[in-house]
Amino acid sequence: MIHRECGVLKTTYEADMALYPLPIARWTVAAVAVLMFVVLPLSVHEYYLSIVNLVSISVVGALGLNILVGYTGQISIGHGAFMSVGAYTAANFAVRLGFPFWLSLPLGGLMAAAVGAVVGIPSLRIKGLYLAIATLAGQLIIEWTINHVTFISGGVQASIQVPRPELFGYPIATQRQMYFFLLIFVVLALVATMNLVRSRIGRAFIAIRDHDIAAEIIGVNIFRYKLLAFAISSFYAGVTGVLYTYYQGIANYEQFQIVTSIDYLAMIIIGGLGSVLGSVFGATFVTLLPIVIRYTMEASGGLLFSEAAVRNLIPNLRLILFGALIIFFLVVEPEGLNRLWRNIRNYFRLWPFAY
Amino acid sequence: MKRGLAILIGLMVALGASLGGVSPAAASHEIVIGLQCDRTGATQVVGVNWCPGYHDYVALVNSKGGVEGHKIKVLEIDHEYKVPPAMEGYERFKKEGAVLIGLYGTPHTYALMKKLTEDKIPGTSPGFGSAGAANGSKYPYIFPIAATYWSQAAASVKWAKDQLGGSLKGKKIAYLMYDNPAGHEPKEIFEDLAKLEGFELKIFAVPPPGVEMGAQTLDIAQRYRADFVIAHLFGRSPSVSIKELKRVGYPLKKVVSFVWGSAEADVEAAGGYGVAEGYAGLQFAGVGQDYPVLNEIREMYKKQGKPAPKEMTQSAYYNRGPMVAAVHLEAIRNAVKAKPDGKITGADVKAGFEKVKGLTLGGLIPPLEFSPSDHEGGGWVQVFQVKGGKFVKATDWFKAYPEVVGKHVKEAK
Repeated sequence: MIHRECGVLKTTYEADMALYPLPIARWTVAAVAVLMFVVLPLSVHEYYLSIVNLVSISVVGALGLNILVGYTGQISIGHGAFMSVGAYTAANFAVRLGFPFWLSLPLGGLMAAAVGAVVGIPSLRIKGLYLAIATLAGQLIIEWTINHVTFISGGVQASIQVPRPELFGYPIATQRQMYFFLLIFVVLALVATMNLVRSRIGRAFIAIRDHDIAAEIIGVNIFRYKLLAFAISSFYAGVTGVLYTYYQGIANYEQFQIVTSIDYLAMIIIGGLGSVLGSVFGATFVTLLPIVIRYTMEASGGLLFSEAAVRNLIPNLRLILFGALIIFFLVVEPEGLNRLWRNIRNYFRLWPFAY
Repeated sequence: MKRGLAILIGLMVALGASLGGVSPAAASHEIVIGLQCDRTGATQVVGVNWCPGYHDYVALVNSKGGVEGHKIKVLEIDHEYKVPPAMEGYERFKKEGAVLIGLYGTPHTYALMKKLTEDKIPGTSPGFGSAGAANGSKYPYIFPIAATYWSQAAASVKWAKDQLGGSLKGKKIAYLMYDNPAGHEPKEIFEDLAKLEGFELKIFAVPPPGVEMGAQTLDIAQRYRADFVIAHLFGRSPSVSIKELKRVGYPLKKVVSFVWGSAEADVEAAGGYGVAEGYAGLQFAGVGQDYPVLNEIREMYKKQGKPAPKEMTQSAYYNRGPMVAAVHLEAIRNAVKAKPDGKITGADVKAGFEKVKGLTLGGLIPPLEFSPSDHEGGGWVQVFQVKGGKFVKATDWFKAYPEVVGKHVKEAK
């Protein structure tokens, strides 16, 4: 990112408020888009695309949680449950009424948004850790409901098999087809989030995060915006759940339990609270790191230990290393990977001068 | 700060290099199996014993020259009982050319069901997954290969009937279950059998994480006064149930557990064999350490100058490894017989599974018999009971109420 900002003259408000005021930023985005849409899917094995697919789904979920936790400052441990709401809503619509994905996906998101807004009601009176516990209760109530209401879960096994999504009669089944399918939603989620946080709504969220009393005094309707934050965040979560459902061909709430909610919190904390790019970094980091560690271990573990020992060591060392690396990155930069990236960028911006 | 950055960039470069250094497996006549495991997650007590058992059996077969002259390579991933790593692992198996996947865990089985069917790679789900998958015409590429929860429910009722003098008329049976889909699955079988045998059934759900059940056990023993308890619990719950039932004075010889609460580890965690005298559990593989195949594995280790693996003492879980591995390799053997060059596909292995018959491993494996419509192999179980400080075989292989279970399998969604 060695670039200069001279020669950029803004003469209109629009230019000043542009998403990417610098030409180099626009070029970078274009290059990344070409890489993701053309180069990558044509050049790598399906297996690597399947990893990117998992990252893609996580990115949508992490963006949603970041809107709530990072931008609005409302801690939530119920993200996984909202995913399951979306998953089961879409699965029911797809199976019982035969809805195509472009109908059931937004419906799943909207249902999750409605449930999320209800779970968010306590946030009007309580803050911080107290709210976290209230959302945790929401998570448990939703899990219990899905498990016990067979009308929602489609039977005692609480799993609904859904057909593959179809576009103009073509089923989207292989990893490569799924890759494009998911990437489109990632792009939509990214663009929507970037624009949301620089709009009136996003500014209201940030005001509530920074000082809710002050926000109220300057005229931000706290009631409305807190619930809106919960609804928007849950909408993203619901869509994530729907994507998981279509990706696997089945809706199953057991993969959306508390552990999932914690994982997503870890993603945004590692990536950086209150940043769009941070959500992407965090989701990528949490999904890829275990895989990378395992490959490294497999490549080098045989030098020191026997085969059976390596098999036992890899999983345990992976957990240890994963934890250690998270601590390391957060000690190096408490504000997450996004801040780290910005530091690197700023260093090169002034390079070779120190300031 | 600068130095920190330099270290960081160095790290990233190193990571990138290690990623790039992964080379695809060379094409050979090695037959590849993908094995999912859980050595670090919620059910690690199973994984750390089951998976070594699996690998030991495969190593034994390989040391004798492999299957029909072809070596077997087992790839293992530990998915921590989480779904995304399981999916990543599956794609990796596929890339390496695996012709068979040993699944592990109910959510992971569900998540991969569709993929396995689309990719035509058979997956086995012994003791978990969907009971309906016993129906091979509806789930062509999923093989439970061991008694499903439905068969276990039928078997446990049969055991209760035998223990209570051959009739269940007017008796009260408590079903103590972990409150998750796997716990709910056998309910419909119990309800049918309650009508058939004339007993009364009451369900006592234990909410996750399942380490609190004082209220349920007290209710079972003092208020409901159950004549028999059928327990279906996972992880740490079984040991808690043994302890709690003991505490409220319920006779443990009137308790029978499904296959995930019937291991040495559960009894040890509950306070040892002295506490659990009379406790019975279902098994889909033999328990104990004197089976011919286990002796061969010990021999193999001796030849290499190593002690026998310590996992063997947890025989309930360890023995399930050789059992599953033996069924896997038998299916592969049938596939290779049809294609002697060893270049078999998943579809060949599926056909191989459906020909498996008459495999016993000296009593470690029930008389399984598969067909294109029956992927469960019969639903055989054995009951082992704690007597005098160890698990003692209480019954031979048996299956119960096959017509009731079969009706549900036929109607499986």
